[in-house]
This record gives sequence, structure tokens and C-alpha cells, in this order.
Amino acid sequence: MVEPQTTDRSAKAALLPAPTEVDAPFWAGLHEGELRLQRCTACQFYQYPPETFCYECGSTALEWKVANGLGTVYSFITVHQRYHAAFVDDLPYNVSIVELDEGPRILSNVIGMPSESVTVGMRVQASPRPLTEEQSALYFERAEG
Amino acid sequence: MKGLQHRYCIVGVGNTAYGRNPGLSQLGHNVTAIRAALDDAGLTTADVDGVLTKTPTSTFPGLWSTRVAEALRIVPKVCATIDQAGASNIGLIQFAIGAIELGQAEVVVCSYGDNPATGSRSSYAAPKGDAALAGLFGAPSAYAMAARRHMAMYGTTHEQLGNVAVAHRYHASLNPNAQFQDPLTLEDYHNSRWLAEPFHLVDCCPVSDSGAAWIVTTEERAKALKQPPVYIEGLGQGHPAWDFHRRGDLTVSGARVSGEAAFRNSGLGPADMDFCQIYDCFTIVPLITLEDYGFVAKGEGGSFYEEKRTHLGGELPVNTSGGLLSETGMPGPHLIIEAVRQLRGAYAETERQVEGAEVGLVSQQGGIMTTHATMVLTNQPA
Ligand SMILES: [Zn+2]
Repeated sequence: MVEPQTTDRSAKAALLPAPTEVDAPFWAGLHEGELRLQRCTACQFYQYPPETFCYECGSTALEWKVANGLGTVYSFITVHQRYHAAFVDDLPYNVSIVELDEGPRILSNVIGMPSESVTVGMRVQASPRPLTEEQSALYFERAEG
Repeated sequence: MKGLQHRYCIVGVGNTAYGRNPGLSQLGHNVTAIRAALDDAGLTTADVDGVLTKTPTSTFPGLWSTRVAEALRIVPKVCATIDQAGASNIGLIQFAIGAIELGQAEVVVCSYGDNPATGSRSSYAAPKGDAALAGLFGAPSAYAMAARRHMAMYGTTHEQLGNVAVAHRYHASLNPNAQFQDPLTLEDYHNSRWLAEPFHLVDCCPVSDSGAAWIVTTEERAKALKQPPVYIEGLGQGHPAWDFHRRGDLTVSGARVSGEAAFRNSGLGPADMDFCQIYDCFTIVPLITLEDYGFVAKGEGGSFYEEKRTHLGGELPVNTSGGLLSETGMPGPHLIIEAVRQLRGAYAETERQVEGAEVGLVSQQGGIMTTHATMVLTNQPA
């Protein structure tokens, strides 16, 4: 998708999860235009999705850090099938697994270019877009330079 | 495990028709397949003391094995339902052998039956969370991520994926019970519409109704039964476990670990296999599986298919019934049935028989290559 289609952004908004006590900082960050990740203060492991404990060492001493927002496309697909009404206007659209520089992999979309131009290994940067007045979703664009 | 050493056998197999099969409920598919397997073995429900099943995926009812047992008027000594997705079909056999070994049961029926094509698909409801927000719906999209990564890492081509669909369809054209029997050409493959690129529609198995059952007992008991015994020589499990997009290497499946275990406890290796029945929900999976088992080097699964080495009559026939892609989209149990029938010589004097087959391998997996189980079978007594 070039942009997440605005004709029916409410349909995509309906897919947004309600932020919880655990992941509220992630959603707040996105809405302010930055990607925040949990980091374990015991072992320095960055993790996504947010949890109440560290997946790596089990510690519950987690803090929030602003990620550099950069990552690499690990793999991607181009969806042609109409699976869901919220994406009909976007067909065909990209879905990518983005490996963030901090380590975690995230399922997202590379926007701003046709999916067939995306490549495995391409550098991308986080580019959140608001879907409602209160909440944004995470997208990626080709990284500059 | 020191090795199974011919001590356990599959003595009966049965299945209901493949495809859209509206005449049977979920329970009906299980019961009908189990009764067919008992007939095949020369056993009755009175002989059964263990009932093991995999939960029907389309609705995920609880306590499924107890409901199946009741529907057969069996009061079993051992009864359990396991959830390893597609790998369960072999997982059930492992559990059956454990129960027999502990003296808790002697004749154990294993079954999987479901009717997602004509019944409810309530558990297939739209996903939530990151996948939904990113527009990733359904198993084809997730497996297509593995295919794309494999293409980028190893140069696997669309043409090679197409060869998997074509090869398995060719085998299905020899199978009068297969859901898809019309030949498929590479041109047809390329003309098939995109679902989630790199997958066309025909890279994906269909949604099918069916039931299947297979009966496990001891070698001693098997000797007195109707069919020539098929010995369970090797069993292995492998569980990459993590969600597909977070897993270390999406081009490696649990077949690597489960295959090593099954080969080790059978004392056999890839070179000893006369055929393979490989879980082929999507075209990329047999390539990855053959590589992970060591039949070919990593990244060479595509050329193995391209050179038609997996065809009946070739060096390693794979999915001689047509597999999930063409025989039935049921998640795997019919592959066990096909392996048993090949080892019994059930297709003798037809093109479908693997000539002189003595040892075969069955690969089962589930989730998004999240679980895996391997079984080595033989018709050769100790
Ligand atoms: Zn930690």
C-alpha cells in the first residue's frame, strides 16, 4: 500500500487492540511518532510484544526505551486475496516481517512503495500513522540513505 | 529411547471419503473411520482399550476423545486428546506406544476427523493483534513468508514451487479417491491466481472434510490379525515452537530435530527410505522438509523436485497419494494411511505402487512449521 487507505480508515481502526496496562507505553509512543520497546534492566534484552516479564531471563524489571526505528525486511508477501474488508482498498498490499536493529521482529507493512519493489534485506524505518484521534498503527517506509 | 525394534505395529487403517462430505458430522467422520480401521485389522470395538484423537481444528471442542469413545460404545483404559496441530497424528502413536509399554492398554485406536468444508469453521475466526492490523490473515500468508525467505536465501524459484504442485497432482491423478485428479501443468500453475505472493491458489491445499483412523498394537498381537503388520521403527518430535515471524530461521522446520530422532531410534537413514509421505499444506513445505531431513542439501529441495526425482518410479517417490495439495486438505492423517498401504503392497500391479517398498517415512507438522513429528515404518520383520 502506498498509504494505509483513508477511505475506510475506521475499518482498520476496528482492528486496533485496546491498549492495556502492559502495552500502553508502546501505543502512546506510536501516537507521538516514536517506536518504544521494552528492555530488560537485568539482561538488556529488547522485546516485543510487551509482557510483564523478560522472555530471555524471566526478570520482571523492565523499562521502556525509544528504539532507533530502523530495521531490515526479513521476509515479505504481497496479498492479493480479499481476506478482510479493511484491506480491500489496499489490494495488492505488502506485509513484512521487519527485524528491528534492537533485535525483535515485528509484523507490519512497508508503505510508500509498491510491494513488488520491496526486497528481503531492505533497510526500513518506522513510520507510524494515526488510525484514530487517540491511536496510531506502526508502518515502515524505505530508510533514507 | 533405545529403539523400537519391531515391537509395535500399525495393524489397521481406515478413512472416510475426501472433499466435501456433508453426510457425516465431526463425530461421524471419527467413528466411521475407526470402524473401517477395525474391520481392516480384523478387530472389533470390544478389543479396543485405548482411544486417542486430535481435536477437530475447525471448532476445537474439548474432551474430544471421550466423546469419540462414547460414540463407539467403548469404555477405554486410556483416553486422551492431544494438541500438536498436524504433528499430533504421529504424536498419538508415540502416546499409544507409551501406554502399551506401561501395560495400560494393548489395542489403541488413533483418529482424526473433521468437516470444515461443509460444517462450522468457528475456530478459524479472523485473527486479532499485530497480524490482523498488518492485514495478515490465514495460513497461506504466513507460509508464504517462509517461501519468500527461502527464495531470497537459496534462489528457490516460482517454477520450483510449481513443480511440487504438479508432481503431487500427477500422483493424485493415479488415485481414484483424490479430491483433485485432473492433471496440472506448470502453465496452469502460473495462471493460477495469486493469494499471497509468492503463493498462487494452487500452492495451497484445499479445505476438506474427512476422517482417518489407524490402530496401534504389539507385534505379538499383530501376528494374529488380518493384515501383514507394518512395524513402527522410528519416531521423533521437533518443535521450533515460536511464532513464525519471531523464529530464528524461518527456512528451517522441526523436521531437522524430529528426523534425527526418528532415524536414530530406527537405526536407519535417509538413504534407506523407499518413499516419503510429507505434510505438504503448501508447496514450500516439502522442499524445506526434504532439506531438513538431509535428503538434499539446504536450499536444494527445489531442484530435487524440478528433476522429477520425487515422482513414482524416481529415486525417492514423495506423496504417492497426492498429499494435502491434491488428495485431501485434511491435516496429515491420510499420509500415515498411504504409507501403510504402500508397505502392504496394496497398489500392487498398478502405477501407484512403489515397487518393492520396504521402508517409508511419514512427516507431519502443524501450526506454521511450529510442530513436527517423524515416523519411519517398515514391512520387514526383525
Ligand atoms: Zn532479561
